[in-house]
Amino acid sequence: MNQYFHSVTLETEKCKGCTNCIKRCPVEAIRVRDGKAMIVEERCIDCGECIRECPNHAKVAVTDSLEKLSEYKYRIALPAPSFFGQFKEQVNIEDVLGAFRGIGFDEVFEVALAAEIVGYMVHEFLKDYKGKRPIFSSACPAVVRLMQIKYPDLLDQVAPFLTPMEVAARIAKEQASRRTGIPYEEIGAFFISPCPAKVTEMRNPMTTKHSAVNGVIGVNLIYKDIIRHLGDRSATGGSEKLQRATRFGMAWGYVTGESRNVAAATTLAVGGIHNVISLLEEIERGELKDVDFVELQACTGGCVGGPLNVQNLFVGRIRLRDLIKRFGTKESYFTEAELQDMYLQNRFAATEPVEPRAIMTLDEDVSRAIMKMERLDQITSELPGLDCGACGSPSCRALAEDIIRGIAFETDCVIKLREKVKILAKEILDLSRIVPPSMSGGSKEGNPGQGY
Amino acid sequence: MVDSLAYTPQITLEFEIGEKDFFVAGECASRVKKTLQQLGLKQDIIKRIAIIIYEAAMNVAIHATSGRLVVHVEPDGITIRTEDVGAGIEDINLAMKEGYSTASYEIREMGFGAGMGLSNIKQCSDDLNIESRVGVGTTLNARVFFKDERRHEDA
Repeated sequence: MNQYFHSVTLETEKCKGCTNCIKRCPVEAIRVRDGKAMIVEERCIDCGECIRECPNHAKVAVTDSLEKLSEYKYRIALPAPSFFGQFKEQVNIEDVLGAFRGIGFDEVFEVALAAEIVGYMVHEFLKDYKGKRPIFSSACPAVVRLMQIKYPDLLDQVAPFLTPMEVAARIAKEQASRRTGIPYEEIGAFFISPCPAKVTEMRNPMTTKHSAVNGVIGVNLIYKDIIRHLGDRSATGGSEKLQRATRFGMAWGYVTGESRNVAAATTLAVGGIHNVISLLEEIERGELKDVDFVELQACTGGCVGGPLNVQNLFVGRIRLRDLIKRFGTKESYFTEAELQDMYLQNRFAATEPVEPRAIMTLDEDVSRAIMKMERLDQITSELPGLDCGACGSPSCRALAEDIIRGIAFETDCVIKLREKVKILAKEILDLSRIVPPSMSGGSKEGNPGQGY
Repeated sequence: MVDSLAYTPQITLEFEIGEKDFFVAGECASRVKKTLQQLGLKQDIIKRIAIIIYEAAMNVAIHATSGRLVVHVEPDGITIRTEDVGAGIEDINLAMKEGYSTASYEIREMGFGAGMGLSNIKQCSDDLNIESRVGVGTTLNARVFFKDERRHEDA
């Protein structure tokens, strides 16, 4: 498997080579080359910012299709909490959950239910935690990937637990296997995702070796099918109650939901990758040591703002809130004793540490790296500082870096090129004025040959 | 080989530190950290350096009327230097003791000036030199060496 698998990809024909995406990318992972955007795979964190930004819809997220369901004997849908905000006011949760049965799933398991478990774990963990604060949520894979490349220092403060998606897949498959007798391997768990980073997370998980999720299907792909089967109870006879998540888990769909569920003494919740960056900068500088838990979401508004959702973020959020008001219970599906047991047995603790990825390094050798940085500073100071992006790099500093890395030239800068052309034009003009002495007799203009 | 070149590659970063400017210390540390990450230094060395920078800059902000921080990076190590105009240190040995502080009540109330700064700096640096004149100011020089395999090979 490709080490740098990414969900976010470019549809080359649609790309017009404009510079909107390169300017917006929070990790400067996009360049424009030969009139087309190009994603620097090792830098991309799959936040989906470019998908939102592209005016030509050339950036897309690759997710699995419903055809993948046929590879498994028993299929479980794992809808993200934010999914329920995608429907009209009159819709109720049972109708949405039931629709999954209509389109070929055997069972549906709310990720919101797993989120409650994670919330409980983090709450318990914080009770005895004496180390560096704040502890960061591990739920948003785009944020954790951002931390891997830009804030490696803070990685040991990421809550050491699996994501709700992962927990949901494990519990759902184990329960189903026990109930039906179908072997675990023949059960497929499919996350219904608002988020491209979750696809990447399934293929290359950060906190566990192998993901229990078997497929990630974009909300945009499945939405129409779900709408068609809303309220379709034919598969269940309509008697069984499907909703098991409480309001606490459901609220993970928007920013603040998670931190409220974690219920630490001091929490902070931030949505939007650029806001996340400014907060992480602050924390890296040593601020906010008095905060217990920080919820960071790459998307504005949290998962309801996910690039694969079909509904406008604000509409999605109000609909989700409304649903929670109408159907959100407080009674947990799992008993306190069961939850405590899961916590004490480390059932959903992370098994892999989140490792830093030093992709910003200029050179393996410190000496050469310093030399490159000297040149980098030099080149940057000579560039115009407009950060116009016309060279295909997102900023002048980024162009300087690209020059150092050997993938760009100083003349890629239009201003620099113009300067060079100006000098050249002046030289040409000067040369054109030079008249051979044999012809210079009648000339009134200054001429280097005309001394007497 | 690049290492045999006649000149030593080097980078210098400079920061001005104003009186009671408690935010600049974190900013200095974070900027230097980013630079060192780009240079590919190991995380634990970067952490040590960041602590020195933070504490040294903080000392200037707390005790001096003005000062500056100069960070000088060369292939074999980093020098962190603060120069300030201010109160100076009466007894450097005493000041190095954990918990000894001359910071005002006001500053302690803000959560700073706990008397751990200099001892933290000493713990993190490979070489430390402090010169001070009471009523004039203080100069601090801390060095951290990048002991990587390459240097042992050359030796």
